[in-house]
Amino acid sequence: MYPKRLWWLLALLGLCIALYLGLGARGNWGFVLSFRANKLIALLLVAVSVSTATVLFQTITRNHILTPSVMGFDALYLLTLTVLIFVLGGQTFTQLPEIAQFLVNSLLLMGAALALFGTLLRRGGHDLFRMILTGIIFAGLFRSVSSFLQRVIDPNEFMVLQANAFARFGRVDTPLLTLAALLTGGALIAAWRMRHRLDVLSLGDESAVNLGEDPKRGMFQVLVLVSILVSVSTALVGPMAFLGLLVVSVARQITPVMFHSIMLPSAGLVSAITLVGGQMVLERALRSSTPLVVIVDVLGGLVFLILLLRRKPR
Amino acid sequence: MITIRDLNHDRDGKPTLREIDLTLQSGGITALIGPNGAGKSTLLSLIARLIPLQHGQIMVDDLQIGACANDALARRLAILPQTSDAAPLLTVRELVSFGRYPYHKGRPSAEDRERVEAALATFDLAPLAERRLDTLSGGQRQRAQVAMTFAQETDYILLDEPLNNLDIAASRGLMHTLQDLARTHDRTIVIVLHDINYAAAYADQIVAMKDGRITHHGAAREVVTDAMLSEVYGTSARVHRIGDTVVVAV
Repeated sequence: MYPKRLWWLLALLGLCIALYLGLGARGNWGFVLSFRANKLIALLLVAVSVSTATVLFQTITRNHILTPSVMGFDALYLLTLTVLIFVLGGQTFTQLPEIAQFLVNSLLLMGAALALFGTLLRRGGHDLFRMILTGIIFAGLFRSVSSFLQRVIDPNEFMVLQANAFARFGRVDTPLLTLAALLTGGALIAAWRMRHRLDVLSLGDESAVNLGEDPKRGMFQVLVLVSILVSVSTALVGPMAFLGLLVVSVARQITPVMFHSIMLPSAGLVSAITLVGGQMVLERALRSSTPLVVIVDVLGGLVFLILLLRRKPR
Repeated sequence: MITIRDLNHDRDGKPTLREIDLTLQSGGITALIGPNGAGKSTLLSLIARLIPLQHGQIMVDDLQIGACANDALARRLAILPQTSDAAPLLTVRELVSFGRYPYHKGRPSAEDRERVEAALATFDLAPLAERRLDTLSGGQRQRAQVAMTFAQETDYILLDEPLNNLDIAASRGLMHTLQDLARTHDRTIVIVLHDINYAAAYADQIVAMKDGRITHHGAAREVVTDAMLSEVYGTSARVHRIGDTVVVAV
């Protein structure tokens, strides 16, 4: 029953991709297609990275509400970016080749993310509300430090920062995309190969030990994968706040199982449909320049509230 | 045979286990009893490697806890996790199938599937096989988890206060199941129990603990006495013997 639903999702994604590439293309087809294909690959890459990172994160925190973004990752992105521009200066930062910018940014983020999530999970245990609270406080702290630094830097540097602080799919170039694809591709393959272990880990620490899986080792490996996935996709296009929460919640409605062999593809497909389909409707049908992120955030924020309020008290 | 040598354990700087030397023979049911905070659950968790060993040595046959491979131990010893609502979406068959994970690591063979069906049949779970765990009663869920450890085919099964939240029918049902596992399937069962009456009625051996030390160890009939109750629990409940059964009047 559920594998069949995956095929339906795949068909829908195919339709979205075809429409995205073909709709309203005029003039030189070769040029239009290669231009749009680049953007399409970026969309797919980010979509699958964010959904996979969210599923993995929810597996090790054992709840369906938390995502790396909710736990302060986006604020962390802003902070590392600000610190980077503060230390290097806006001039140096923009003059760095794009690959170098991307690498420095994502490596810094990976380290910081690993530290952040590691701390949160080690201290909070599996107390959901305590983790949400710590996440919010960390995010607040990161924002305060960022805005302090933003006041200190000069206006030109602030402009550079602003341009990089929001998700955008406009300016992804090919070498950058190849590098990002290699990094996330590796992490995605690793996550897929872990799928049976992830099933066992999601049963709880005691059950995992009983079945011969070390939960600490599993958690560390998952955190590394999550950090790679969110850092690379964020460094590539910017923070996507509630995208992960939105698409994974929808995927859990479509395929309500805990097995990662179903959930990972299901969430990836829903995520890709949301990004590609949403971008297609916005760009082609509505001819609007509203960033897709804004709409995803409004919907995702609503889902977050509903999940939080509907949750049965234990 | 589970051999424990010179085991000491501290938690938050306070001693929870002191100089534990214990040998549990294979076969039968061994009950760990004692007042709250005596260290029974800690001892069980240490044997099941749920918490890391600090000082001392635990051997399960030839496997040394903390040194042997995790999955090798998972094929030798199982602990029944306390009823969790971690996986409400699982069906009973899916839960029981996880018991085979230490053998197939996610790629079940035809034999693994057969063992799962056999476990479902043994515990009368076949009619419930497609039901989701969150639609079951506490007793049924407990039975599904026991079926999972049965499918794991380990020589040793550990249980930490499995009777919590079970009514008398479900409690007796579970204890009978365990007795059957020990007698007809040759499993060795170590169980932490709060209710001494259940321990006296179903266990072959009783280990009594107090303040992190073992105070009594022997056959159930010999251990459960007025003197033991007042020494270990500090209460003056009377022990009655009616034929073969030992009953604590409460």
